[in-house]
Amino acid sequence: MKTLTRREALAAGAAAAAFAASGLPAFATADAAQEAVMAFTGGVAPGEGGVTLTTPEIAENGGTVPVEVAAEGAAAILVLAAGNPSPGVATFHFGPLGVAMASTRIRLARTQDVIAVAKMSDGSFRQASNTVKVTIGGCGG
Amino acid sequence: MASIKPRVKAPKTASAGEVVSIKTLISHPMESGQRKDKDGATIPRQIINKFTATFNGAMVFACDLEPSVSANPYFEFQMTVPETGVLAFEWVDDDGSIYTDEKTITVA
Amino acid sequence: MNRYALGVGAAAMVVGAAALADPNTDVALEIDGVAIKTIAASAHADNPIGDTLISGWHYRNDETRALQLDDFDNPAFLAVELGRELWEAADGASGKSCADCHGGIDGFAGLRANMPKWSEAAGRPLTLEQWINWSRKEHQGAEPWKWESEQMLGMTAAIAVESRGMPMDVQTDGPMAEWFEKGRDLYYTRTGQLDFACASCHEANSGMMLRADHLSQGHLNGFPTYRLKWQGIGSIHRRLKGCVQDTRAEPYAVGSDELVALELYVSWRGEGLDIEAPAVRQ
Repeated sequence: MKTLTRREALAAGAAAAAFAASGLPAFATADAAQEAVMAFTGGVAPGEGGVTLTTPEIAENGGTVPVEVAAEGAAAILVLAAGNPSPGVATFHFGPLGVAMASTRIRLARTQDVIAVAKMSDGSFRQASNTVKVTIGGCGG
Repeated sequence: MASIKPRVKAPKTASAGEVVSIKTLISHPMESGQRKDKDGATIPRQIINKFTATFNGAMVFACDLEPSVSANPYFEFQMTVPETGVLAFEWVDDDGSIYTDEKTITVA
Repeated sequence: MNRYALGVGAAAMVVGAAALADPNTDVALEIDGVAIKTIAASAHADNPIGDTLISGWHYRNDETRALQLDDFDNPAFLAVELGRELWEAADGASGKSCADCHGGIDGFAGLRANMPKWSEAAGRPLTLEQWINWSRKEHQGAEPWKWESEQMLGMTAAIAVESRGMPMDVQTDGPMAEWFEKGRDLYYTRTGQLDFACASCHEANSGMMLRADHLSQGHLNGFPTYRLKWQGIGSIHRRLKGCVQDTRAEPYAVGSDELVALELYVSWRGEGLDIEAPAVRQ
């Protein structure tokens, strides 16, 4: 697991305190996303490579963010949003006639990492992750 | 509740073994369970939680959805068409409703 | 300093004069082989925007623009399909559908481009929503639809798409003149705690970044529009209300004389552009 820098730790602490004070539901932590990955893989740390995750670099609105995943030879692909109130987004399953790719549109509550974990047909797991910047502070309307 | 209707885009014909692209969309608010109404009461979660596409009865593509999928859920996926058949789609709502659509793909 | 430049406090929200972010004008909008004029010479030499009109489509990023290139990818077509069904559906005491009197909905090609349009019967201009409810009452004996209901948005979207690719063309003379003047006055009237006029953002600072938002010229040719923020389709008046709210003023009501007048004036500012409704925006 990645070690937090002092600045990240402070920011995370401040954010947690702010949420505790506001009474708003706490956002998922990176740990919650990690737990979701482990629940999907049965505790196996996924390998890198073999998963193509396409997301915009900047989403103009977090309400509708296009996401595409592909992993040749995958039986299922889990998509997580590490910074949403709960990290689960969608799990795709592919039958024998299916091609292991899918596009959908998802909600992102703030700038965060989107994670895709593919369950390969040989039982191994592969992961890819992208940061999506979510535009906040525009016109309400 | 707004009227809920699916839309599907699939080719009418394909050659045997051809890989085709399918797009689906359904009008649905995907109420996340995180929002509050004007009186501050939580609006209960109501989402499409499962989508399945089958071809002549065999599962081609399925998705388990969480509230983080956007309103009016959209999916694009691909499949190999082995023969003439019926592509059937099913969306399952939290309230137990099931919405369906189907398209025939003819192999010339 | 321009009369409609943002105030001092508000200027801090615009990320400096250097934050001019040009709209992407290297792209063209073509849907199903129909080219839609989204960059055009203004039809009026006295248009305060200047010579070149640019649709809001060009101010959006690649992903948002792409949603409008294909009618299946465009989620506003859920509303269009509902509207087409309602067109055929009998309603009200008359038991008649829209189609029973008007025939195919394609007979209304061009109608959206003329909105708001003068009604002799009403003695005032009516927006597309108001025409629909007038006809529901007069011809169908049906209850009016609420402005932002899925039925009204479906019907306005289904009618609007028939005008796609046709130029905006509203009447501003004759009995419309006083409404046009009223709309222009409102466009330049500062409102709210932020003390913004429409012109503050969409004329004096169009092209700039207002915090995270890229200020467009504020055209109406894409309405009704599917907004990612709304996760749904909405009317011109909903958007105008949102703008007024953003100035921290009490907004005018949908269907109010103020918003009808403003819709007329802002539509005139867009003459030269084609209707591209239903558009997709952020």
